[in-house]
Amino acid sequence: MAALHFSDADFKEQVLESKEPVLVDFWASWCEPCKMVGPVVEELSEEYKGKLKVGKVNVDENPEVPSQYGVMSIPTIMVFKNGEPQKTIVGAQPKDEFKKQIDEVLNS
Amino acid sequence: MEENLYDVIIIGSGPAGLTAGMYMARGARKTLIVGGRVWGGQLMLTTLVENFPGFPDGIMGPDLMRGMRKQAENQGAQILDINFKNADFPHSSLPASAQAQSFSGQARFAITADDDKVYKAKALLIATGANTKWLDVPGEKERIGRGVSSCAPCDAAFYRNKNVIVVGGGDSAMEEALVLTKFAAHVYIMHRRDSLKASAAMIQRAYANEKISFIFNSAISQIQGTQKVESVIIESQLTPSKKIKTRAAQSDNEQTVEELGGKLNSQDDGVQAVWEMPIDGVFVAIGHMPNSEVFKGIEVDSQGFIKVFNHTQTNIEGVFVGGDVHDNEYKQAITAAGFGCMAALDTEKWLQMHEK
Repeated sequence: MAALHFSDADFKEQVLESKEPVLVDFWASWCEPCKMVGPVVEELSEEYKGKLKVGKVNVDENPEVPSQYGVMSIPTIMVFKNGEPQKTIVGAQPKDEFKKQIDEVLNS
Repeated sequence: MEENLYDVIIIGSGPAGLTAGMYMARGARKTLIVGGRVWGGQLMLTTLVENFPGFPDGIMGPDLMRGMRKQAENQGAQILDINFKNADFPHSSLPASAQAQSFSGQARFAITADDDKVYKAKALLIATGANTKWLDVPGEKERIGRGVSSCAPCDAAFYRNKNVIVVGGGDSAMEEALVLTKFAAHVYIMHRRDSLKASAAMIQRAYANEKISFIFNSAISQIQGTQKVESVIIESQLTPSKKIKTRAAQSDNEQTVEELGGKLNSQDDGVQAVWEMPIDGVFVAIGHMPNSEVFKGIEVDSQGFIKVFNHTQTNIEGVFVGGDVHDNEYKQAITAAGFGCMAALDTEKWLQMHEK
């Protein structure tokens, strides 16, 4: 399943009220490292299908959510569970690092 | 030849790695570039590059890298966006002449990547470049992405109408500052000395920008804030008139801590002042650390730069190196590309010598 797109408008419903944990990728079209993380996020959405909802927030089009969660650098990847951010990963990282953080949330 | 056996594996996809890849592929060598999940190197974090020959109006760093990548691929190099994990180096050191043994189609090296596959090659070429050197002061690490950054082109937009400090005195510091002026209210360039090592062209541009001012002979010793960056503690060497050397609006100046919007932390002793300055962001541009740690067994110098022997060879036979991972002197896009070319030519020569 391809990664979803979340917005300021549907963030509450899609992420905060989600029954399953959610990975959120904060990105923008002008951010080169974001473009590299993009494919990794897509891979993660395949690998964690059924266990983790995966989606992206374009920070240019949706300024409120990033500001609310103090995002000041992109890419920032956050993993939410029960409406709360559990993990925040700043900057492009190896896929293993993302998986490690996701697994910690899923197994918590 | 088995599928994952290459003549050469190049690790890194900055100017050095991609140039090396292009040269190897043009020599009809089966070439794999292990490019990294984040490919392209430092230039991907820049904007306009004005000192790469052939582009009279400059070229955007990421565009330059996309061009280099395409050129390497067009020549036949295979590039995988995977991270290098580790390598098995045979325990053989220079001098090469004593140990050189012929091999025919045999892989000397096996590397593992983070796709958990093993790739084999007759020769290796390390071009992993260098990463941001952080200040290494209390409060910094936990605020990376919360007001501490090393990439103005990535993060500048989050500092709209805010005040930021860029730490450093080289070209990268000037560029970071200039990029930030598009969004920030004011940009302070803070340098631990009172002379800059940036090029005259970049210094002039920074001097001329109304949003940029300079704080000299000063260094951040701590970064503070409840969550994100709110202030920094600064240690400044004072001038004979017990002020801080600054520059703004095209003229050198001396200012007190209060005039800079700060407050003294401890009474200054007339030589040095420790003070606190409210600030929203700290951009670090004080240089880079060579990415050599992952290569166990490869000799490095005291700062981690890979040692070279006989132009571009490492201490291990058949392992070559090019670019910022061994270059502690020049560190330019064009020199990295040049070193990549040299390493590829040496690798080619070495392969030919051992195929006889």
